[in-house]
Amino acid sequence: MKVNLRQLKSTVKSITGRHNNDRGMLVSILQDLQGEYGYLPREALVEIGRTMDVPLSQVYGVATFFKAFSLVPRGRHLIQVCLGTACHVRGAEKILDTVERELGIKPGESDKDLDFSLETVNCVGACALGPIVIVDGNYSGEMKIDAVKPLLGSYNKAPAGAR
Amino acid sequence: MKRLSSPSELERLRASILKNRDPQKSVVNICGGTGCMALGCTDVIKAFREEIAAQGLADKVEVRVSGCPGFCERGAIMTVEPQNIFYQRVRRKDVAEVVTKTLIEGKTVDRLLYPDLATGKRVVHESEVPFYTKQKRLLLAHSSQIDPENIDDYIFFGGYGALAKALRGMKPDQLIEEVKASGLRGRGGGGFPTGRKWETTRHAEGEIKYVICNCDEGDPGAFMDRSLMEGNPHSVLEGMIIGAYAIGAHEGYIYIRNEYPLAVKNAGRAIKQAEEYGLLGDNILGSGFNFHVKISRGGGAFVCGESTALMASLEGKVGEPRAKYVHTSEKGLWDRPSNLNNVETWANVPLIINNGAKWFAGIGTAGSKGTKIFSLVGKVRNTGLVEVPMGITLRAIIFDIGGGIPGNKKFKAVQTGGPSGGFIPEKLLDLQVDFDELTRVGSMMGSGAMIVMDETNCMVDMAKYFIHFLLGESCGKCLPCREGLKQMHHILTRITGGQGTEADINLLQNLCSTLLDTSLCALGGSAPNPVLTSLKYFRDEWDAHVNEKRCPAKVCKALITYEISEKCPNCGQCVKVCPEKAITPRGKKQPVVLNQKKCIKCGSCYDVCKLDAVLVK
Repeated sequence: MKVNLRQLKSTVKSITGRHNNDRGMLVSILQDLQGEYGYLPREALVEIGRTMDVPLSQVYGVATFFKAFSLVPRGRHLIQVCLGTACHVRGAEKILDTVERELGIKPGESDKDLDFSLETVNCVGACALGPIVIVDGNYSGEMKIDAVKPLLGSYNKAPAGAR
Repeated sequence: MKRLSSPSELERLRASILKNRDPQKSVVNICGGTGCMALGCTDVIKAFREEIAAQGLADKVEVRVSGCPGFCERGAIMTVEPQNIFYQRVRRKDVAEVVTKTLIEGKTVDRLLYPDLATGKRVVHESEVPFYTKQKRLLLAHSSQIDPENIDDYIFFGGYGALAKALRGMKPDQLIEEVKASGLRGRGGGGFPTGRKWETTRHAEGEIKYVICNCDEGDPGAFMDRSLMEGNPHSVLEGMIIGAYAIGAHEGYIYIRNEYPLAVKNAGRAIKQAEEYGLLGDNILGSGFNFHVKISRGGGAFVCGESTALMASLEGKVGEPRAKYVHTSEKGLWDRPSNLNNVETWANVPLIINNGAKWFAGIGTAGSKGTKIFSLVGKVRNTGLVEVPMGITLRAIIFDIGGGIPGNKKFKAVQTGGPSGGFIPEKLLDLQVDFDELTRVGSMMGSGAMIVMDETNCMVDMAKYFIHFLLGESCGKCLPCREGLKQMHHILTRITGGQGTEADINLLQNLCSTLLDTSLCALGGSAPNPVLTSLKYFRDEWDAHVNEKRCPAKVCKALITYEISEKCPNCGQCVKVCPEKAITPRGKKQPVVLNQKKCIKCGSCYDVCKLDAVLVK
């Protein structure tokens, strides 16, 4: 994926500006940036380091330490399978196995058309309704194995021009 | 919004809010928490607004999106005031009927009422639902009546009254004494006396001090902090402001997991509203005291629940803990005195200041005062958040409030304290839950997750689950945790894979003591708890895995096989769902055939069969 450098610089500037270039807000800044791009482009990390006068090693360290960040582009739809304890005791592994099989990818991967990315999360706080699958921020509770296919199917209708 | 410049002005504002609210006006309170959102409450709320407008009731009925009252299993839940009618499992299609029957005709829609689990009798009022009546709800008292986006709702119930009381007539030392005398202990896991922490921070050297609210809640299975922050953020904020005043801090942070987008949003709005009213910011209520709060979002790291790691993350660094020769109350964020408390701890503060230390200390046990919110989840009928006085028994929580185990299954264990806690077996169900008792049996309070397991959960698999979790969350800074967890996971994988030996269990126990004694922070130091308690209370299951290569709960894939019983009538459901096409029909009314060589033991056929014709052996 090609990144428009000029646009990226202005995005970084506006995000860091919103946080007053506060170094303490690095995690939040990276969150906002990922919100814009869906992942953290290499160029953006370099730019953040330069703008905020933080060593790139520190920016990279933070970006790779926290689970929420991705350094590679993600698919248009983000599938998150919760593996928190409450979901685990109610069979979340089986749900994950089924999602993996349906999409043909493992957690942390995206399919080749970048339609779907699969991630696991450790608890989203909707424990009473486990197992939980979240697609693009929409929660589906009390998931069953045979409900996985219809759920994914409802997100698969990508307009051809959108890619 | 008018800025309030004295405690009396806050009182006048409250009086005018009370005066302008007609207690007889119909209000539809719908839970807007994450749990109910997963069950479609957003649609329900929209439908109510539309239907009420369509029926010309917009002036007569108010729709309020409330915080989370905790009964997630029955979501979407709602109440109709002033009658206090409680409806559960409400869906979009029910809305028109509720509007016509309840709001216009004044009758109840019986099928939406809560059916008592024992008698099947429908319960009309929220105040009579057994799930609620057996709790002691102080922190969650008004959760179904407060719109977290509206500060006036909080003030209506006396909100910010404790702050006014503190600023008007209490000296910081007096406040600290009050919190000390209340016996409040930290709700985040450690159980450290809150008042003593405040005192240390107050007397620590340095001009600039911080107060921090920990809403990282990385403990899987716990969601009370999410619920409080989403549903009643002002109660947390009020606690923080009082704490900051007592400690002498002028800057504060709320550290929230980014996995909780609604909590981030509601906390942000609460800060803005409190600032507009002059309850936060410069010269709070005209007292001359300044306090500013910022939100910082976590990036999904369990270790950031550890105070030093959390503060490193607040400084924009990798969330690694450091050794605590010097406490964070003396040198924390940016090396300045920092007082970190958990969401629930902060929310308790206004209650203590309003009602007095004596009142608070009157609830609970000798060593643990007040109430505690538990997230009761897993294999239990009434899942959700329950607030109970310290000292209540596990049995009362799981069976009286939780309604017991669903599906006629047998209770096996309850896991408290998350990955740092342990499993508690049936013989200890009469244990009185408080900080000290849970620690005594090898578990801990943690942040209050209570995960119930039944006979179909394998305790070796559960131990492996937690070690796998911790392995992924270990920051890697100290060797015992980084390498120890890896080796423990290897061993557990061998055992659940049917290749374990007696020696593996011994080695596992050795590794456990190494981690306990030598890890840098509490993540590694408490990591052995799930393994040790599983071994202590469920040794027979480990022996079955190791000696007989058998998983008694029929969970560990390598040790089980799926078979089709003679009673299979060839309905074809399993044939359809089998991803490996391992099941073939033999003809009319003949049991289907499962090819063991192709079977990947995914369990799809077992889950889909409604006749229990798929057996696990």
